Amino acid sequence: MKKNTVIVSVSPHIMSEETVSHIMWTVSLSLFPAFVMAVYFFGPRALFVTALCIISSILSEYFVQKAMKKKITISDGSAFLTGLLLGLNLPASLWSLNPFTIHVPIIGSFVAIVITKQLFGGLGYNIFNPALIGRVFLMASWPRAMTIWNEPTAAFVAFDAKTTATPLGILKEEGIGRLIEVFGDKVNLYTQLLIGHRSGSIGETSIIALLIGAAFLLYKRYITWHIPASFLGTVAVLAWIFGGKGTCLFTGDPLLHLLSGGLILGAFFMATDYVTCPSVKTGQILFGIGCGALTMLIRLKGGYPEGVMFAILLMNCFTPLIDRTIRSKVFGAIKVKTK
Amino acid sequence: MSYWQLLKNGIFGENPVFRLALSLCPAVAVTNSVKNGFLMGIAVLFVQTMANVTTSLLRKFIHPKVRIPSYMFIIATWVTVTDLVMAAYARDVYAQMGLYIKLIVAFAIILSRSELFASKNKVVPSFFDGLGMGTGFLLALVTIGFFRELLGRGSLWGIPIVPTKPLLIMILPAGGFFAVGILMGFFNWIDMKFFGDKGASGGGGH
Repeated sequence: MKKNTVIVSVSPHIMSEETVSHIMWTVSLSLFPAFVMAVYFFGPRALFVTALCIISSILSEYFVQKAMKKKITISDGSAFLTGLLLGLNLPASLWSLNPFTIHVPIIGSFVAIVITKQLFGGLGYNIFNPALIGRVFLMASWPRAMTIWNEPTAAFVAFDAKTTATPLGILKEEGIGRLIEVFGDKVNLYTQLLIGHRSGSIGETSIIALLIGAAFLLYKRYITWHIPASFLGTVAVLAWIFGGKGTCLFTGDPLLHLLSGGLILGAFFMATDYVTCPSVKTGQILFGIGCGALTMLIRLKGGYPEGVMFAILLMNCFTPLIDRTIRSKVFGAIKVKTK
Repeated sequence: MSYWQLLKNGIFGENPVFRLALSLCPAVAVTNSVKNGFLMGIAVLFVQTMANVTTSLLRKFIHPKVRIPSYMFIIATWVTVTDLVMAAYARDVYAQMGLYIKLIVAFAIILSRSELFASKNKVVPSFFDGLGMGTGFLLALVTIGFFRELLGRGSLWGIPIVPTKPLLIMILPAGGFFAVGILMGFFNWIDMKFFGDKGASGGGGH
């Protein structure tokens, strides 16, 4: 049956192994260090909440694709990654029977996958980051349950964890003095924030673990420096200028703002989502600056202690506009002069 | 079209909210409870019907160049009537919804029916068109209000059904958009499932 045939095909002729599902699984893998640190600090609850999100995301994707008679694509890892990111953005205290809040992660995953992703056309067509919309939906629906933060314990036992405010919450309510008091001294504060020994969402606390994952993604060139650098840079500059006490300019503490909240997780893993960020480099820098400015606006002037989530979602709205305004240079095109 | 068809057209085929997607602003703003949605719907039903009848009666006297301002005057007249009647007889409701009642003047659906239907048709068909459109709007608002109040507050018409608030977001403005979008999709699905691609009564046919 073997014939000497010449195969004629159109370009590209050389293909890399980097498919969508390959990227999705690699990004998931890069979040693994942060996940391990989270389980270490928040105990089995963190594991359960994240697992619940992942399982319900995959099931939601399966059933909605079945219902809409689409091809089932749960194995490409995108539903897994959405579930993982959503799980890492929730407080570990959601795994609790009294008050009963176990349904909260499930509903969040459903909203993320079905409403934000599949109803807009599936992977690649969503306007907003699915995991973040899921979290916003939960914040609006169960504001109390979503802001009960467990105190981190290094022991792998605590099921009756104590609750406490997040560093940004303390900063907002009681000021920097109290924050330093809680952590001992300033050096200790930075070290603890860097390691992740603080209350907060499951995956956002351990900065070191997140940076390891981010470095891996940067090395593999799955993400570029443009969005994270402009995002973090804007936050640092604005925190330095406006973050000080009262009306004193240029007395703020940029490091504190960089290390607290969900900033690192947001800047490296959420804002860089291929679908919902601009495709041109200049546009990406603009996108990052916008995210940073909105984050600091909410943190310093808004009602919420943390604003990364809202900032990224608001800039997601601007992505089509940025993409339309800033285009990459098309080589070989002839410029038509218009009068 | 027969009168029955005109009525049906307003309720199903060209439902103002779910089909024509007009006047979505009140459909989101006042539907966080069934009661508010119902009262708003009644007010719109009244204004729509009366504005249609008046426009139809005066259609021969209105010069085409000034027709839009003329329709606005007619609508504003009937809105003022509704406003004053509500202020006189339903004080507690008026305190809550007075602002939105005045805004009926600017509802797209009422002006669009004056322009598209009443200005070209006789009085009786215009009356039924207004009645159908108003009823369609009323039913849409009550449906949206039903889900939003049940999910967001756990009550219906102010009477508690479930002890907790199952899904708080539904009574917030964002929940209004969710409710309208999902219900619109649901009705489109029913249309496609049971009436083919054409829709209940031939779809929007302008």
